[in-house]
Amino acid sequence: MSSPVKSDVAIIGGGLMGSSAAFFLRRRGLSVTLLETDKIGRQASGTNFGNVRRQGRPIFQLPLANRAIAVWRQAHELLGSDVEYLQSGHMRVAFRDRPENIGKMEDYAKVAREEGLELELLTGNALRARFPWLGPDVAAGSLSAMDGHANPRLAAPAFARAAARLGAQVCEDTRIVSAGKVGSDFELMTEDGRAFRAGAVLVTAGAWAGKITAWFDEPVDLVARAPTMSVTEPVPYAIKPAIGVMTPEEVESVYFRQVARGNIVIGGSTRAQSYPDEYRAYVLPQNTMTQFEQIRRLAPALARLNVIRVWSGIEGYTPDELPVMGASPLVPGLFYAFGFSGGGFQLGPGVGETMAELIATGTTDIPLAPYLLSRFAAAGPRAASLHDGSRNPLGEVPLSLSKETRGG
Amino acid sequence: MAEPRVIVVGAGPAGVRAAQTLVKAGIRPFVVDEGRRAGGQIYRRQGEGFTRGYDELYGTEADRARDIHETFEALAPSIDYRPDTLVWNVAEGRAWLSSAGETEAVPYSALIVCSGATDRIVPVSGWNLAGTYSLGGAQVALKAQACAIGHEVVFLGTGPLLYLVAAQYAKAGARVAAVLDTSPFSARIAAFPQLAAQPDLLWTGLTLTLALKRAGIPVLSGVTPVAIEGDPETGVQAIRIRTAGGSERRFACDAVAMGWHLRPETQLADLARCTFAFDEGTRQWLPVTDADGRSTTPGVYLAGDGARVLGARCAEVTGELAARAALADLGHPGDADRRRTLLAAKADYATFARGLARAFPWPHALAAAVADETMVCRCEAVTAGVLRDSVSAKGAVEANRAKAFSRVGMGRCQGRYCGAAAAEIIAAARGEPVVQAGRLRSQAPVKPLPVGTARSGR
Repeated sequence: MSSPVKSDVAIIGGGLMGSSAAFFLRRRGLSVTLLETDKIGRQASGTNFGNVRRQGRPIFQLPLANRAIAVWRQAHELLGSDVEYLQSGHMRVAFRDRPENIGKMEDYAKVAREEGLELELLTGNALRARFPWLGPDVAAGSLSAMDGHANPRLAAPAFARAAARLGAQVCEDTRIVSAGKVGSDFELMTEDGRAFRAGAVLVTAGAWAGKITAWFDEPVDLVARAPTMSVTEPVPYAIKPAIGVMTPEEVESVYFRQVARGNIVIGGSTRAQSYPDEYRAYVLPQNTMTQFEQIRRLAPALARLNVIRVWSGIEGYTPDELPVMGASPLVPGLFYAFGFSGGGFQLGPGVGETMAELIATGTTDIPLAPYLLSRFAAAGPRAASLHDGSRNPLGEVPLSLSKETRGG
Repeated sequence: MAEPRVIVVGAGPAGVRAAQTLVKAGIRPFVVDEGRRAGGQIYRRQGEGFTRGYDELYGTEADRARDIHETFEALAPSIDYRPDTLVWNVAEGRAWLSSAGETEAVPYSALIVCSGATDRIVPVSGWNLAGTYSLGGAQVALKAQACAIGHEVVFLGTGPLLYLVAAQYAKAGARVAAVLDTSPFSARIAAFPQLAAQPDLLWTGLTLTLALKRAGIPVLSGVTPVAIEGDPETGVQAIRIRTAGGSERRFACDAVAMGWHLRPETQLADLARCTFAFDEGTRQWLPVTDADGRSTTPGVYLAGDGARVLGARCAEVTGELAARAALADLGHPGDADRRRTLLAAKADYATFARGLARAFPWPHALAAAVADETMVCRCEAVTAGVLRDSVSAKGAVEANRAKAFSRVGMGRCQGRYCGAAAAEIIAAARGEPVVQAGRLRSQAPVKPLPVGTARSGR
């Protein structure tokens, strides 16, 4: 066995969180090794919807989301590569048969404004005049003009390449199978017998993170799921904001966006199981059909377009479907950032920057209490169903508000 | 289901023989075909109101065409037939059909995929100009609609279809400006012993070439395409090539039909999660089957050119073989003698196909050397330069990664036309054998599916 590769920080998991953390750690001058079992950003980070939206998140996520949006806005020059970020707005809509959502939108807009997120509420003729293609069931829309979308296939690899240019060691096809402490250092072993040592370890392993935290006696029960994604043939660019349905029901929660090339990306509605051990996720045809039905309700004219491709990826959900982020309470030098599925793409660069700050300085201005892993230990066994909007560990906003734009 | 349901996908020569074999065994197969009428691409019917006879339409293959058509018509009372229907996905033991805006999931005990083949393409500078067609497309226009793709047509590529379609055009009265084969004539000489496995097919090929030359049509071997010329408004105006001798020639034309032999349509096999393997002889990834056509996925059988391009005549053999394999797996008694006969016939056709691959080789070096400015993926407008950049600057190591970074193969055709050339370009850019570039994973739907598709009330 060759001598171990040493660095200040080893990152397990080359998705958007890990790749952006590697980039920002290098900017702070720490040596970094980014370890990825497969290829950078190939699962949830590369296959999600691509929403760069702040609205609809639990309010506690807005400071992190605001930090992230600043990075997205300068991503092209920061990374030297276009990730197709388009600040064209994001709109959540409420259907007529859920009138309570309009009040919730108003409440959310008030609280969000205090966090620096301006939302414009539209109903009736004002809504139809601006978005004439919305279906008759749509009653109201909450428009966030300063949100938008980007290309998930490009984002994580662009961060990893930029990190590599700054001196990070990026190791694809590198599966870590065990981890332990050697003195004050962590030692990570790969499947093929290579060893990596580091003073700090950041776990950004998405659906696979639970396996790794268990090595450190902090198990977490992650559910691996497969989102239902589709894309249409290109048509002239006409729809600027990304659109998503606000609903507590997974089946209704569809969303779409048009990319500059003209294709319309459609996501949401029922998900399938995914298979992290096999690195495979499949779109079930019946889910594609359900998605088509729901998207026709949202924007009937889309019925005339052809879908040319469907895809999925491996997502990892925590028991409350909210992310885990911060320092391990048990193991000094161990850090976590995972469980972002359903809303992590926008946060990604903010997570990377925040974790780099936390690891390098020991502190961050982003309030991390709501993200701690320990909340599950206190909550006990998996108590609530995945779509029970009533369960809300954090007070301020009903959890259901976070669900209209999964995959974003 | 009272009896096991067997679905046959495709009603070309393989699908028709598979259905016939199942009916003989007392099974009522479910036959799904994209075509409006049976026959496949090779024995495609003309539209209503056309009166051309079999000899005129199918030439030397007239008797076979008639037999396939009549056999299928006789099967009508004994099968469930869904023409004009696409199988757009396969999952969890069900085939998802799409027709007239509706979809229906049909469960099966056995699925016999006879999905046929399309042209294999080498991108040529200017091939995205209006007036450039695949050889298969040019043939379909003539066969089904009795129209030519242009007034003055150049045929470019290699393989038997190049000469066949050119001859059909000449016979139909179109002006054939030139037949330009990228394969050197010496390759045909070297392949002669293998081609002799099917003497009448070899004879047909020689006759076609001779007829073209007699008609005064320039027939050149060993050419290197330089560019298809024209402008976006008026389309193709000429083609420039380098001859085997190294001089440059230009042929004025208003249409180009091009194709470099065929590639099997394997998306359904891929969606059914069949294992694929790289075939060195044709430099293609093919689904793995046993001699009878069993894929690696239980209950899924592959036959005809959709499994491996062995030609229309062999498709009749492999269609029957696959149906017999499905029947055997469903507990029906076999016929060892018939199976031996079929396997022997298949072996002969396979020898001939190896000869064809040798005589008319896939010009991989040409594909790998496509100029940076040339469009590789027409659906997504990806040039060879952008594709190479996804390898050299963005670090793509194989085809799916290059697709993610550059959009190559991401459009309507899902790489069915550009995938072969893209793999050569990626491999060359990395200095690796093409097998390392892998293959583009198929993603549903097999062909574009309207968002308006409703669940069938059936």
